[in-house]
Amino acid sequence: MNAPQTPHALHFMPSAGFRARAKDVVENPFLRQSFRGAMDFLMSKRAAQFPDPEELESLRRLGERIRQYNLAKLPDLLVQLENNLTRNGIQVHWAETPEEANAIILGICQKHSAKLMVKGKSMVSEEIELNHAAEAAGIGALESDMGEYIVQLAQEKPSHIIMPAIHKTKEQIAKLFHENVPGVDYTDNVDALIQIGRNVLRQKFLEADIGLSGVNFAVAETGTLCLVENEGNGRMCTTAPPVHIAITGIEKIVEKLEHVPPLLSLLTRSATGQNISTYFNMISSPRKPGEKDGPGEVHLVLLDNGRSQAYADEQLRKTLQCIRCGACMNHCPVYTRIGGHAYGTTYPGPIGKIISPHMLGLEATANMATASSLCGACGEVCPVKIPIPELLIRLREESFTAPHANPAMRGQGAGHNARTSAIWRAWSAIYSSPALYRTASWLASRFRWLTPRKQAGWTSVRTPLQPASKRLRDLIKERP
Amino acid sequence: MHSRSAYPCDVYFFATCVVDQFFPGAGMDAITLLERQGIRVHFPEEQTCCGQPAYTSGFPDEARKVAALQLTLFPNDWPVVVPSGSCAGMMKHHYPTLFADDPARKAAAEKLSARVYELTQFLVDVLNFKPEDCGSDCTVVLHTSCSARREMGVHVTGRKLIGDLAKVKLAQQDHESECCGFGGTFSVKQPEISAAMVEDKVKALKATGAERVVSADCGCLMNILGHAAWKDQQEGRKTPSLPGEHIATFLLRRTAKENTQ
Repeated sequence: MNAPQTPHALHFMPSAGFRARAKDVVENPFLRQSFRGAMDFLMSKRAAQFPDPEELESLRRLGERIRQYNLAKLPDLLVQLENNLTRNGIQVHWAETPEEANAIILGICQKHSAKLMVKGKSMVSEEIELNHAAEAAGIGALESDMGEYIVQLAQEKPSHIIMPAIHKTKEQIAKLFHENVPGVDYTDNVDALIQIGRNVLRQKFLEADIGLSGVNFAVAETGTLCLVENEGNGRMCTTAPPVHIAITGIEKIVEKLEHVPPLLSLLTRSATGQNISTYFNMISSPRKPGEKDGPGEVHLVLLDNGRSQAYADEQLRKTLQCIRCGACMNHCPVYTRIGGHAYGTTYPGPIGKIISPHMLGLEATANMATASSLCGACGEVCPVKIPIPELLIRLREESFTAPHANPAMRGQGAGHNARTSAIWRAWSAIYSSPALYRTASWLASRFRWLTPRKQAGWTSVRTPLQPASKRLRDLIKERP
Repeated sequence: MHSRSAYPCDVYFFATCVVDQFFPGAGMDAITLLERQGIRVHFPEEQTCCGQPAYTSGFPDEARKVAALQLTLFPNDWPVVVPSGSCAGMMKHHYPTLFADDPARKAAAEKLSARVYELTQFLVDVLNFKPEDCGSDCTVVLHTSCSARREMGVHVTGRKLIGDLAKVKLAQQDHESECCGFGGTFSVKQPEISAAMVEDKVKALKATGAERVVSADCGCLMNILGHAAWKDQQEGRKTPSLPGEHIATFLLRRTAKENTQ
C-alpha cells in the first residue's frame, strides 16, 4: 500500500513560483476585493445553515466518526464495493496512478470509437488531467458544469473545488462566450449567459458517446454510486450517453447507505450553504431490460494516486476523511488573499496543502505547508473535523527534517536545508539552557542598537523589531 | 480546573520569550494585576520559551528540548499563568503530544497542562476578577489571537473583562475572528501573504475609530502595531494612528485608583 510512485508530468509546479504567483494576486486590488467578497458570501451562507453551535458540533462529531469508521475498514470495503458493483453490472477498474486511470478511461472510449465525452464536475478527473490526455488521444472532452465549462473555455484550471470559476467576473465570462461560442453577441446579463451555456451543452449531451462523472459517496453494501450536484448536468452525463464512466479516489467509500444522509447534509450545508443540493443521483446499475433510459454500460475507476501513502500513517490518514466541501478554503485567510490558482495544485487551499503532497510528492510541494499562519479557521469549520493545522505541522516536519530511512512520505526531506536546520539547533541550544538564554537575551537588550534595521520579510511592511532596553527579568529584580 | 471557591494564594508566571524581551512592561503589569488580587506571583528565573517557534516550523526535536526545560520549572501544584493565548495553547495542548514517546515527560506534561491558564482566562474563570473602571470614557477594539480563540477558547474572557469596564466602549471590527497574519515564521516565510493579512487587519481596526487596540497576545501586537507604525512612517504621521497595548497594561491603568484621567 505504501509504494511511492513516480511523479507524473504536471502542467503546474506547485511549489516553484508559489510566492511569485501569490504576490501577483495580493498586489491586484481587484482580485483581492473579488475573492474577499466571494468568500464572505460563502461564509455567511454556511453560517446561516448552522445557527446552533451545539447541533453543528454534534453533526461534525458524527461526520468524523462515520469517516473514520469507514477508513478503518477501507481495504475490506473496497472488496465489498467491487463485488456489489460487479453484481449490479457496473464494471470496476483499479488505477494506481493518473496514467493508469487515463489509460483505462481512454481505453473504454476507444473501444466504443468515442469522439466526444461530456463531463460532469469531477475534481479527480482534474487530478489526472483527463482533458489533456483525451485531447492527445483525439477525443473531445467537454465540461458540462457551468463553472467548469467557463474555465475550460478560458483554458484555465478550476480555482476552487466547488466553484471552479469563482475568480471570473461576469464581464470576463461575457467576453469569453462572445469570443468562443459561435454566433453569440456580447452580453453580461447573467441569466442570458447561463442560457447560452445551456444551449451549447444541451446539444452535446445528445451527441456524446461517453458521459463522465465523479462520485461523492460509493456505498459498499449496496454497490451504489452517489453524485451530488446542482445543475442537472451530472444527471445528463450519467443517463444520456450510451456509456457512463465514473471516477473517484479510493477514500470516498462508505459501508452503509445510512452513512450517506449525515455526510450529504454536512457536505451541502458546509459547501454552498444549501439544505440539500438540487440533484442527488444514486447510480446502481446500467440500463436494465425494459428500462427506457440510462447508459448501457457503467464503469467505475478507483484511483489511488498517493492516497494509500496517506492511509498507511495513522495521523496522515485523517487527510482522507475529507468530503470535498471546500469550507476550509472559504474560511482560509490565505486562500482569500491569493485565490486558487496561486497554489498550482489541483486542490487549492488548506485541503490542497495537506492532500497534494501525497499526490505529487514533497519535492514538488515542499514549501506548500509553510503558506499557513496556522490560524485554525480551516480545522474549526471542517465538517469531518480534519485537524488541518496539526497535519500542516506534520508536513513541515516531513519536508524540513533531513532525509531518513523508511520515510512515511515520498520526497521526505525535500525541503531540508542544512543552514536552516543549524539555526534551529542553535536556537534550541540557547533556549534549553537557562545560562545561555540569560546571556543571549542580556546581550540582545544591551546591544539593542545593533539590531538590524532591515529584517528579511518583516520590515517590508513593518517597523523593525527591537528588544526592550530591559528584560522582564531585569524589571522584576529592580522592583523595590 | 481550579474551582472558584479554591482561591489560589500562589501562582507561577510564565512570561514567554516575546514578553521577556520585547514587551517587559506588559509582563510587569500582568504580575502587578495578579498581585493586586492578593496573589503571590512566582517567576522561575530559568524560564525561556515554550518551544512553539520550532514546533510549528516543523522542528519537533528542537522544540522538545526547549519544552523539556520548562517542564522542570513548576514543581508546586500552583496554577501557571501565561500572558499569551498562543504560548498557553502550546503548553496546554501540544506538550502532551510532543512528549508522546517519553512516558515520564508525558506524565509531567499532562500534569502541567491541567494547570496552565491564559491570563484573561485566569482572571475571569479562576479569580472571578471584576475590574472597577477608574478611567474616563474611551473606545477600544480588542484583537484576539487565533490560538486564544480556537485553541484555548478564551476569546470570551478578554471580552468580558473589557465589558466589565463601565466607561470603556468595545468597538467591533470587521472580520474580527480573522488572523492578523503573524503566524510566527509564517510572517517571514510568506511575507507577501502575511503583509496582505496584516494590512487588512489594521485597516479594519482603524475603521472602528477606536482610540487603541488591545490584545492578550504580544505576537499579534508586534505584527499589528509594527505595520501600523510602518504605515504612519510611510504617510508621514508623527503620532501613531493606531496605538495599542497588552490587555494587562490596559486593565491595570483603567483600574488604578490614582487614575484621574
